[in-house]
Amino acid sequence: MVDFGGWDMPVEYSGLIAEHMAVRTGVGVFDVSHMGDIQLRGPGSLAAVQKISMNDASKLALGQAHYSAMLYPNGTFVDDVIVHKFSDNDYLLVINAGTREKDVNWVRQNVGAMHSVHVSDYSDFYTQLAIQGPKAEATLQKLTDTDLSGIRNYWFAWGKVCGLYNTLIARTGYTGEDGFEIYVPSDEQTSVRVWNEVLEAGAEFGILPCGLGARNTLRLESAMALYGHEISDEINVLEAGLDRYAKFEKGDFIGRDALLAVKAAGGPKRKLVGLEMIERGIARDGYAIRTLDGLEIGRVASGSPAPFLKRNIALAHLPPEYQEPGSAVAVEIRGTLVKAVVVPLPFYKRPKKPAVQ
Amino acid sequence: MSYPSKYRYTREHEWIEIDGSHGKIGITDYAQNSLGDIVFVDLPKIGSIIEKGKTFGSVESVKAVSDLYAPVTGTVVEVNQELATAPEKINTDAHTSWILKVDIADPAQVSELLSADAYDAFVSEETH
Repeated sequence: MVDFGGWDMPVEYSGLIAEHMAVRTGVGVFDVSHMGDIQLRGPGSLAAVQKISMNDASKLALGQAHYSAMLYPNGTFVDDVIVHKFSDNDYLLVINAGTREKDVNWVRQNVGAMHSVHVSDYSDFYTQLAIQGPKAEATLQKLTDTDLSGIRNYWFAWGKVCGLYNTLIARTGYTGEDGFEIYVPSDEQTSVRVWNEVLEAGAEFGILPCGLGARNTLRLESAMALYGHEISDEINVLEAGLDRYAKFEKGDFIGRDALLAVKAAGGPKRKLVGLEMIERGIARDGYAIRTLDGLEIGRVASGSPAPFLKRNIALAHLPPEYQEPGSAVAVEIRGTLVKAVVVPLPFYKRPKKPAVQ
Repeated sequence: MSYPSKYRYTREHEWIEIDGSHGKIGITDYAQNSLGDIVFVDLPKIGSIIEKGKTFGSVESVKAVSDLYAPVTGTVVEVNQELATAPEKINTDAHTSWILKVDIADPAQVSELLSADAYDAFVSEETH
């Protein structure tokens, strides 16, 4: 077990590769209760969300969610976040564990003076389970009478799950695979019961409980950002390559001016790219990235063997000359320069489902 | 898991099997278990010198890198090439998956290593 933002969490249960493959080819379940849950309520809640989150929450329909981020005035990250619209007066922000206290304080500080909005930290009230993989729907469908096929990607519904009424069922995740995240009451008895019922329901599909290790390799293959690595308070939205989620046309939000200034000045000096090792060697977090002549041009944000792709991959923020796929660079691995090439992102994209009649 | 009694061990979780002036070196079952799925073994070159207590290579799992420490000083006479393509053999059977063979420079160094019982006691202390 490792300490992760104050939570005791297993890095792996049966084995990282087996867990990773279960999610890509069948189904896996993660206990992600460490994620934080901030709710903004009241007639002023939309205005508050619009101020603190860079995506355009006015475009969300009831029952819809989107990926976004909360930014400092200089355009770097407080955290990334999934915004769920419960109603016109009610939004749920799902945030990271490691940054929870900071996030809650930051939200209170920036929303506090606004009219008609109430901020609640409900993190301790939910056990959040992520059921992920091509067999996630078939697994969870056995535990609910809500028609899961009717919930589109990044939408959610309220339904009875494992006998629990009004459970939030969201078609979201952090694996690059189809899947759901459910939010159930956090008392131990209920949490354990639901966890066991999910495992039982998925048994016929070979479900595996999955730890933080597989969670990291799955999100890395899918090139999803992790706080402290691809995004942080030292990396701005343009550098992280997440500007498609920043809706400048919606009006003001914290960080907007700084990002527009960076754009006006010709764009960011570095940007997130994907790397694949072409020589033998594994790039790890923090390793130096150099030109083939040995000049340092960046550091590995996240690097690992990719269990499904069976390649050694990495994410790094590199200068413009090294952002085109095909660009040759080297990763310094314990004193040796090992060749890598820039590749398009994401490394892994799940196959499209055949059209349902 | 029991540790073969004819091997000697380091506190860094390598084992060595002595055969005359040669020694076969690998990592212990405890080490493979803490590393998880092993995907890469960085093997030294034949003819290179390894030095007692110093690193001579590394073993990598998906989640971590672990340096290999030489139990004795010596010259590498053979490396287990099978591990270049099938490093997961170490997970399957750590105590037969040798990494390299050395020509031992100073046999007296062997007596400084841990016996199987002493190593067993050492790891049970480390896990508690």
